[in-house]
Amino acid sequence: MGEVSLIDVSKRFTLRVGGETQTVQALTRVSFTVRDGEIVSLIGPSGCGKTTALRIAMGLETASAGRIMVDGSEVKGCGHDRGMVFQHAELLPWLTAMQNVMFGLEMKGMRGTALHDTAARYLDLVGLGESRHRRPHQLSGGMKQRVGIARALAIDPKVLLMDEPFGALDAQTRETMQDELMRLHERTRKTILFVTHDLDEAVLIADRIVVMREGCIQEIMNVPLPRPRGDLGRARGTKEFAATRYRVWQALHAGAPTLH
Amino acid sequence: MAEIAGRTTPQPVAPGESAPPRRMVPAWVITTSSVVGVLLIWQLLGPTINPVFGSYPSEIALAFVDLVKTGKLWTALLESVQPFVVGYGLAILIGVPLGLVIGGSRVTEAALGIYVTAGYAMPLIALVPLLVLWLGLGFKVKVATVFLMSIFPICINTWLGVTAVPKTLIEVGKSFVAPNSVILRRIILPATLPYIMAGIRLAVGRAVVAMVIAEFLTSISGLGAIIINSANNFDTATMFVPVLLLMVMAIGLNSLIGLVERLVAPWQTEIAGRDQE
Repeated sequence: MGEVSLIDVSKRFTLRVGGETQTVQALTRVSFTVRDGEIVSLIGPSGCGKTTALRIAMGLETASAGRIMVDGSEVKGCGHDRGMVFQHAELLPWLTAMQNVMFGLEMKGMRGTALHDTAARYLDLVGLGESRHRRPHQLSGGMKQRVGIARALAIDPKVLLMDEPFGALDAQTRETMQDELMRLHERTRKTILFVTHDLDEAVLIADRIVVMREGCIQEIMNVPLPRPRGDLGRARGTKEFAATRYRVWQALHAGAPTLH
Repeated sequence: MAEIAGRTTPQPVAPGESAPPRRMVPAWVITTSSVVGVLLIWQLLGPTINPVFGSYPSEIALAFVDLVKTGKLWTALLESVQPFVVGYGLAILIGVPLGLVIGGSRVTEAALGIYVTAGYAMPLIALVPLLVLWLGLGFKVKVATVFLMSIFPICINTWLGVTAVPKTLIEVGKSFVAPNSVILRRIILPATLPYIMAGIRLAVGRAVVAMVIAEFLTSISGLGAIIINSANNFDTATMFVPVLLLMVMAIGLNSLIGLVERLVAPWQTEIAGRDQE
C-alpha cells in the first residue's frame, strides 16, 4: 500500500518587505489524494504553490492548517514512508554515488552487507552499476538525478515525491529520464507525486493531473493514456495525448491575466 | 575547426586526432626562479646600503652558519616552537567546535558571534602586559598569546563555513530523518571543511607574529630573543636570520596544511578543477 493525501492544507508565509510585514497565502485549502501505485502530476505556473504542497507532503515544511495522511494515518514531519527526489539531485558532493545511496539506507538503520547490497541493487536498477564509485562532479546531470532517484527508492518508501526532477536537464536527457521513470514505475509500482511545470511531461507520465493556480486547485483531470506507456515517443503521437494536453493547457490559461 | 587549431598550435591537427599536450612549466619552477631572482637583486643592491640599515643574502647566510655552529639557533628554535605548537593546536581544537556551535543556530550566533568578531580585532599587543600579570613571564603566557591570536580566524572561518552550507543539503538529511547530530557530523562538517582549512591556514601567519610578540614582551627567549638582541647590537645580518627562518617555516606549514586539505577534502580541489594544474 502507498497512498498519500493532502486534506484541507493551507500555508501562509510572512514576509518583511521594506519594514512592512506582508502575509502571503501560498496554499488555500488544497485537498487531493494520490492512490496506491498511481502517478499524479502537480502542474501550474511558478509561484502557484505546487512545490510548497510537495514540501509539506514530505514534511520539510509545516502546513498552517490541514493534515497529511499516508495510508490513512496522519504524519508529522519527515518519515521513511516518503522518499524525496530533489530538483537538482542534491547529492552530497564528498560521497560517491554508492555512498550517497547508502546514506539514506543508513538513516533507516540498515548496516553491513545488506546496506551494501541494497545500494548496489538500486544503482543497478537506475543503470549506474558501473559508475558507483564516481563522485557527483564526475557524473552528468542525468546521472546525478538517477542517483537521486536510486537514493529515494532504496529506502523503499510508500510514496515517491519528486520536485521538478528533470527540469534542469536538457531536452534529450529529459525524454530519456521520462522513459526510464516509466520503466521504474512498471517494475516497482510506486506511488508517485510529481511536480513539474512542463505540460508535455505532466501529461506523458501521469495517471491524473492536478492543475494549480495561485495556491488553489483549479482542476483535477484524468489522463486517458493506457499503461504501460513504455515508449513515450509513441504516446506523444496519439490523439489522447494531444486532447489531454490541450485540456490542461486550457485549464492553465483559464483566468490567466492576458497581456493584450 | 582545423583552422582554429592551426592558429594556436604550430602544426594543424587533423580532426579526431588529439593535439600534442602543450608542456606547462610546473609551478615550483616558476616559484624557484622568482625567489632566485629576488635574492639576486637583493644581493646586488644590498652592499650599497649601510650595514646598520640593511643586510643582504650572503651576509645573512654567514650569520646563519655562525648561529648554527654555536648551537644558539637550534636552542632558540626549540624554545619558540613549543609554545607555538601548543597555542596553535589549542586554537584549532577549540576554535573549530566553537565556530560550528556559533554557526549552528540562530541563538548561539546572536549570543556568541559578537565576541568572536570583536576578538578578531582585539589589539593583543596592548593586552600582553595584563596576560603577564595573570600567567607570569614563562611558557603559559606565550601559549596564551599564540592561542588568542590564532583562534579567531579559525573560529570565524568555521562559522562562515557553517552559514554557507546549502540549505538543500541539510534538507537531504532531514528528508531521510537524520538526527541533528548526524546532520552536523555527516553533512555540515564535511561541507564546512574547506572553510575550516582556510581558517587554519590564515591563522599560521598570526600565530607566528604572536609568538615573536610574546618573546619580546614576556621573558625574552627563543627566536624573538635573537632578533631583539642582535637589533640592539646593530647586527642587522644576524637579526635577519630568525626573521627569514620564521617566514620559511610559515611557508612550509602552509603547504603542509594544503597537503592535509587535499587528503581530508579531496573533492574540493577536484570540483574546483585545480588538481590538473
